[in-house]
Amino acid sequence: MSDPIPKILGFMCHWCCYAAADAAGVARMQYPPHIRVIRVMCTGRIEPGYILSGFLNGADGIFVGG
Amino acid sequence: MEAGRSPNIEIITNAEVEGVKGQAGNFTVQLKKNPRYVDSSKCTGCGFCSPYCPVTIPDPYNQYLNQKKAIDILYTQAIPSTYYVDPEHCLFLNKQECKQCTKACQSGAIDFNQKPETEVYNVGAIILSPGFKDIDPSILGDYSYSESANVVTGVEFERISSASGPYLGKISRPSDLKKPKNIAFIQCAGSRSSESGNSYCSSVCCKYAVKDAIVALEHEPDLEITIFFMDMRMFGKGLEEFYIRAVSSGVRFVRSRVSEVKRDLVSEDLKVRYVDENGEVHEEVFELVVLPTGLVPPAGNYSLAKSTGIALNKYGFCSSGLFTPMSASRDGIYVSGGFREPTALPDSVIQASGASACVSELLSNARNSMVKQKKFPGEVAVGSDELRIGVFVCHCGKNIGGVVDVPHVAKYAAELPDVVMTRENLYSCSDDAQTLISEMIVKEKLNRVVIAACTPRTHEPLFQETLREAGLNKCLVEMANIRDQCSWVHSHEKDEATRKAKDLVRMAVAKARLVESLDEPVIEVIQKVLVIGGGLAGMTAALSVADQGFECFLVERATELGGNMRKLRYTLRGENPQSYLDDIIARITDNEMIHVFTNAGVESIDGFVGNFRTVVSSGQNNGSENIELQHGALILATGARSFEPDEYLYRKNDKVLLQHELEVRLAEGDHGISKASSVVMIQCVGSRDEDRPYCSSICCGMAVKNALIIKEMEPTATVYILYRDMTTYGFNEDYYDLARKKGVIFIRYDILHKPEVSDAGGKVVVKLRDHILGGNIIIDADLLVLSTAIVPNKDEAMERTLSVPCSSDGFYLESHVQLKPVDSYVDGIFICGMAHFPKPVDESIAQAKAAASRAVILLSKGYVKAEPIISSCDVDTCIGCSLCEYFCPYGAIRMVKSEKTKKAEIVAAACKGCGVCATYCPTKALSMGRFTDEQIYAQIEAFGQGEK
Repeated sequence: MSDPIPKILGFMCHWCCYAAADAAGVARMQYPPHIRVIRVMCTGRIEPGYILSGFLNGADGIFVGG
Repeated sequence: MEAGRSPNIEIITNAEVEGVKGQAGNFTVQLKKNPRYVDSSKCTGCGFCSPYCPVTIPDPYNQYLNQKKAIDILYTQAIPSTYYVDPEHCLFLNKQECKQCTKACQSGAIDFNQKPETEVYNVGAIILSPGFKDIDPSILGDYSYSESANVVTGVEFERISSASGPYLGKISRPSDLKKPKNIAFIQCAGSRSSESGNSYCSSVCCKYAVKDAIVALEHEPDLEITIFFMDMRMFGKGLEEFYIRAVSSGVRFVRSRVSEVKRDLVSEDLKVRYVDENGEVHEEVFELVVLPTGLVPPAGNYSLAKSTGIALNKYGFCSSGLFTPMSASRDGIYVSGGFREPTALPDSVIQASGASACVSELLSNARNSMVKQKKFPGEVAVGSDELRIGVFVCHCGKNIGGVVDVPHVAKYAAELPDVVMTRENLYSCSDDAQTLISEMIVKEKLNRVVIAACTPRTHEPLFQETLREAGLNKCLVEMANIRDQCSWVHSHEKDEATRKAKDLVRMAVAKARLVESLDEPVIEVIQKVLVIGGGLAGMTAALSVADQGFECFLVERATELGGNMRKLRYTLRGENPQSYLDDIIARITDNEMIHVFTNAGVESIDGFVGNFRTVVSSGQNNGSENIELQHGALILATGARSFEPDEYLYRKNDKVLLQHELEVRLAEGDHGISKASSVVMIQCVGSRDEDRPYCSSICCGMAVKNALIIKEMEPTATVYILYRDMTTYGFNEDYYDLARKKGVIFIRYDILHKPEVSDAGGKVVVKLRDHILGGNIIIDADLLVLSTAIVPNKDEAMERTLSVPCSSDGFYLESHVQLKPVDSYVDGIFICGMAHFPKPVDESIAQAKAAASRAVILLSKGYVKAEPIISSCDVDTCIGCSLCEYFCPYGAIRMVKSEKTKKAEIVAAACKGCGVCATYCPTKALSMGRFTDEQIYAQIEAFGQGEK
């Protein structure tokens, strides 16, 4: 966590949060550039293993949007 | 683009209509095809010719703000992507010398021997969509358009702020290409003025000026933007909110009429002189002035009317009726878009779909008789081949390229494992880019493709089709969203955005290495439509579906059809709504293809596109019974109603009425208005406030209509209309004008100083602050009429069973505001009429026809293909525990007995691909198409490999 640039891994539902993130783009809302998003068809798809794997692969935080 | 790809659409450009013979169902159209001097079968669109052409001419696409060559293409995404020689400027065509392009062209496509050709086409129906043009601003002499380069039209400003525009998206003023400090927008330039000859309102200019102002501020937050306007007409879905946003982002709105714009010869600045609402004259200096000019009929409208034999209105637009909004005056000829009346984009799209419904009704007997199916080459099996990944990184003009270092990202991608080639595209979605991708797949033997561009939500289908054209399965493409979720949202952090784009590309490549070819299950469509709501929109939709040859159920909550239409007694243009209503009800009752259920409620809606099951409780036959209806599509036309306020003495004093209540009383002679009466109307009651921050679009027109009827009946009665912004858009502006001439008194109020209404011993007293006089006005009203907000009809039980989302105002949401204005978020469910948003009669009819058109497209195709994202079960691993069946939210899994145990089976048409089953499966027997565990873990791992 000492790294000054946080690495955030995002899992977003195609139908809601991913669409909302696109809409934020269309509206040109600005937010910090530290999130990397993996699109899923539903947050119900997200297994606990994905979250653990995210941390193992260096995520400082994990965002689940759905 | 989609039109260009359809095998059933032949695009004929550079042509004009010379004559139309015959009648509806069998027309002979004579076309004159002008030469483009480039053979479109040979031209590859490579653009090699242009640099060799010695002639530079002003570029019409960029509003003549920059130069282009006499052989060129209109713009990068133009369809067809064939070059074109400008016959007015080409040296060879005018002076018989040069021919440099002929030498440059490597495919021998240039052909100066082409001559105009006349060709005759046999068609059943004709749709006219020649659009509009913006008014020539030089006729607005007082605004110095011809004198100063820094006075630009709205369209010119759009090009100035566009990334593909003459200044590459850097907002600059033409005289010195410097960034202006401040910008003035002057509304109604050439609209709503008799001097320009256009007394109508162009309907779109307020909206696009606000959009341009917001976009300009996003590019350059320190700009000072002022909009000079008379009335802000932000009618239509979501637009009032947009206006509020502009105010809060610092755009200054000045209610005024600008009398003069004067150029300063030294500084090239502009002095704007205007009269404010109090009658005071002001002068302010601006560095750039934008005239969002009004819209006029397209060039050649009179000759088009002559050759097609249709009538134009007094302004030169195509005439059409209120109840037949897409029909031109000649049977079998229809109209959509700006040629009908100036109109915004969603309405143009709606009318286009509506016009195609009209054609489909006319030609329904000929359905499927001349259809060509698009053929794709056989798919190459890629099973165990060595991975060959191609990565295409899009600039999207400046949208991505202006923030993300695209060449750097492409170079980075080239070094990722199994990537064999990378390319940059200016616009990956353009026709030429599709050709390039397709060629690269074949040439480089690619078996996986990654497109780093915009969002897969909108563009994945396009690239999937490109893969199919190149012989690859559509599931072999992955997208990295480096625009909507990167360049657009990190526009001030270019290095970080580039780093993010690289990470996203790396993650997409990691997934692409594991994607496989998948099949698409095919689902049959039930050839029937259910329409919910028997008002004008619902009836129109049902009738259109039936006339197009399909069976239809029409469900109405009330005891009879008609809805709000029953309360409509007059129209501005004088048609009789009640006789139209009788007529349409008779046509529905007589139509064997329509089954009407009145006094009916919707109990439940199950199923999915093509296969819905709806239970309707109908009280027709003494007592209610439940009937199950099976249908392939659903049209929601549940309508809206007038809001009933608890202010202004409504329901407390019998002299206070709603606008439609007045209308019924006027028609029935039960109004008590006499020679000396004074009638006060208050607009925007419960509208455009915090609770309902939208303009209901129809109330100003209704108030003007009823005021005119009162004036007709009792010319000496006094009618006051208290308004915030008069929104009599389009040709209705003429009636606003007429009302003023007839003596209707219009007084403006603002939301901070609303009229005060009190009851003085039964009499209604209205007190209002007057802007011009500065004092209070007190009016004793014999009738007080409230134009209240239009609010959606709510049926909560139905909404629970229906998974269609609504906006915060309660109207059904369309899946794309501009491009899919009648499709809901749920496949197979369409929206029309006031359930979508408040709208007048003609717009409701247009939208109902559009919904019918969309539903019939689904029905006449007869099947839908399930996206290959659905679940699949490995029966060898499945232990038959039934957890997945229990957890599936869509009932898409059944347990099927197989020898001694049970195994999970997926119902393809019901599966939405959510993946809940796969998450719960204890033995990992279930797997999700295109979202497998392996693919997602690979993405997570690639996430971790980023540079620190």
